[in-house]
Amino acid sequence: MAPAIDVRGLNKHFGERHVVRDLALQVEEGEIFGFLGPNGSGKTTSIRMLCGLLRPDSGEGQCLGFDVLRESARIKRQVGYMTQKFSLWDDLSIAENLDFVARMFDVAERSAAVAQAIATLGLDGRQKQLAGTLSGGWKQRLSLAACLLHSPRLLLLDEPTAGVDPKARRDFWEQIHQLSAAGITVLVSTHYMDEAERCHRLAYLAWGQLLATGTPAEIVSARGLSTWIVRGDDVQRHSSALRALPGVRLVASFGAELHVSGGADNGLGGELARFAAANGLAVAHGKPSLEDAFIDLMQNTSDPLAA
Amino acid sequence: MNTASASLRRWFGIIIKEFIQLRRDRLTFGMIVGIPILQLLLFGFAINTDPKHLPTAVVVSDAGPLARAWVAAMKNSEYFAVSERPLGEAEAGEMLARGEVQFVVSFPPDFERALVRGERPPILVEVDATDPIAAGGATSVLEKLGDEVFTPLLPGYRPPAGKSVELRVHKRYNPEGKSSYNIVPGLIGVILTMTMVLMTGLAMTRERERGTFENLLATPATPFEIMTGKIVPYILIGLLQVTLVLLAARWIFMVPMEGSLLLLYAIVFIFICANLTLGITLSSLARNQLQAMQMTFFFFLPSILLSGFMFPFRGMPDWAQMIGNCLPLTHFLILVRGILLKGNGIETLLPHLWPLFAFIAAVLALGVKTFRKTLD
Ligand SMILES: Nc1ncnc2c1ncn2[C@@H]1O[C@H](COP(=O)(O)OP(=O)(O)OP(=O)(O)O)[C@@H](O)[C@H]1O
Ligand SMILES: [Mg+2]
Repeated sequence: MAPAIDVRGLNKHFGERHVVRDLALQVEEGEIFGFLGPNGSGKTTSIRMLCGLLRPDSGEGQCLGFDVLRESARIKRQVGYMTQKFSLWDDLSIAENLDFVARMFDVAERSAAVAQAIATLGLDGRQKQLAGTLSGGWKQRLSLAACLLHSPRLLLLDEPTAGVDPKARRDFWEQIHQLSAAGITVLVSTHYMDEAERCHRLAYLAWGQLLATGTPAEIVSARGLSTWIVRGDDVQRHSSALRALPGVRLVASFGAELHVSGGADNGLGGELARFAAANGLAVAHGKPSLEDAFIDLMQNTSDPLAA
Repeated sequence: MNTASASLRRWFGIIIKEFIQLRRDRLTFGMIVGIPILQLLLFGFAINTDPKHLPTAVVVSDAGPLARAWVAAMKNSEYFAVSERPLGEAEAGEMLARGEVQFVVSFPPDFERALVRGERPPILVEVDATDPIAAGGATSVLEKLGDEVFTPLLPGYRPPAGKSVELRVHKRYNPEGKSSYNIVPGLIGVILTMTMVLMTGLAMTRERERGTFENLLATPATPFEIMTGKIVPYILIGLLQVTLVLLAARWIFMVPMEGSLLLLYAIVFIFICANLTLGITLSSLARNQLQAMQMTFFFFLPSILLSGFMFPFRGMPDWAQMIGNCLPLTHFLILVRGILLKGNGIETLLPHLWPLFAFIAAVLALGVKTFRKTLD
């Protein structure tokens, strides 16, 4: 089966700024693909190029079997794109927004589809409320409902859960997994690590460059990190001393613990044991997290423009 | 899937959405009613000017030296630009109806003989008084011509009762010379220019500023559907405004309505379309609402100043008339005055109708071409 997204060498400049560099991406049909990267790394720009909202300066490839450069009109019909910023109409009600979007996509059985979407949202009594007066989390949910109306084959979700409460976030991810099980491809950008771990595969973008792709486990193991957990009274006091130890790459605080990470085989374990004994601390082996892997990845690559 | 019917459904979707949004936007709604009323009050007062070189047709049935001398004196006064071609009475009358000339001066067949005999022959002056300000100054100059023309040519001649000729001035189309007759039809054009261009000018930039444009672009809607779908509600609003002004014109200013109302509304419809296509095009050129507003005023100012609304068109220098001829308002004013005050029919109006269509075609082409299908 052909991948849902298969692009190579996508580039985008804004004036002098090279915002996306030689992006190559393959996303299989039915896959949940996570898109991660620091602010301004080019996630939104990449997603916009995939659905034809921005024209790549160069590159080639296809999306749902259509050419990304020439057939964006056909791609749009089968893509549900949820923008990062709320982009439904504030001065239309919930029902009017859904109805308008359904008309734009020429949804069959329009009013049934809209009623169904409102019921699924649990907004039955509130369909006359203006979208602009919804709380942030509800706006996100409404946007998702709007981009599912025309039963798209590919969902492009740009930070869909920003500002959404934990329960709603969990429901949201359950829904994403159901859609994926039904064969819908989902590309979702996020800053949350727990969400990243729920994805089948991930891509990590920084300064417009793809730094890593793979399953969460692959990305962690590719960094070759070893992590120790240091505990003890007033452990935070020692964080700068620990950072200065040879071979330490990351030190992160978690409540009464410090997570110290370094390369796999450089004798850091012995070094830490000596430090802990001297300061009355306890050391135990831990597991490097996805977050450790991403931060390590970013620290060890530099902005090609700054160089 | 039938793409044609699909696109019609999308088109209706856009129209419905615009209507709902308009209904919720109180300020815009206030503008629709407020602007016509405000402008009626503001522009009810005319601004006085004294244009020269007004086009004049002369019908000389008796081409003797005395009549020629009188015409020469008219030219010397600089108020008249006399057409050189000899004209028949019927032809001159048509030119007056079409607005090609403002005056028709006719000399009777036995003018010279009657003058010499001291019979005080009449000179008939027909004035197109739809724009009374333009005609006023020139008419008063004509009244002073007379003895000073003939006395040097006829030595020893004594005009009877101090007057050698009888000047018969016929004010056509607006005999009482009321400027509100002229201003009120013009107001229809000015109000439509201002509100139609501005409201649609804001329509697209508003989407862009609020971020909803991204959502609209992500749907299969085409530029043509979006642009035309957004202007339809404003066509109805424009027709509503025209009705308001016409009612005021009829019942407050007592402006006569000679021609066909149906024809008037047809012309208004075309003019509204011209302004809306311009507005929607500006709107896709502008980056934000402020820019759209600035562009609107950049268009609105020459429209008001150079179209013949504020100052008589013929009183303007050539370069200004050239700019004026490119503005839809200029042609619209002539058309509306022609219908309302002269009762002109469609044949007479054609020369000023095609420029409106040309304007729409050119601007719409530019708009669809510059519509940005992407966000960059
Ligand atoms: N329309 C634009 N014009 C100019 N520069 C832009 C435009 N859109 C984005 N950029 C720049 O491109 C870079 C990438 O932006 P983008 O929105 O893709 O980042 P992102 O990864 O989505 O960030 P975030 O996590 O904050 O949403 C940024 O430096 C941004 O300033
Ligand atoms: Mg973004």
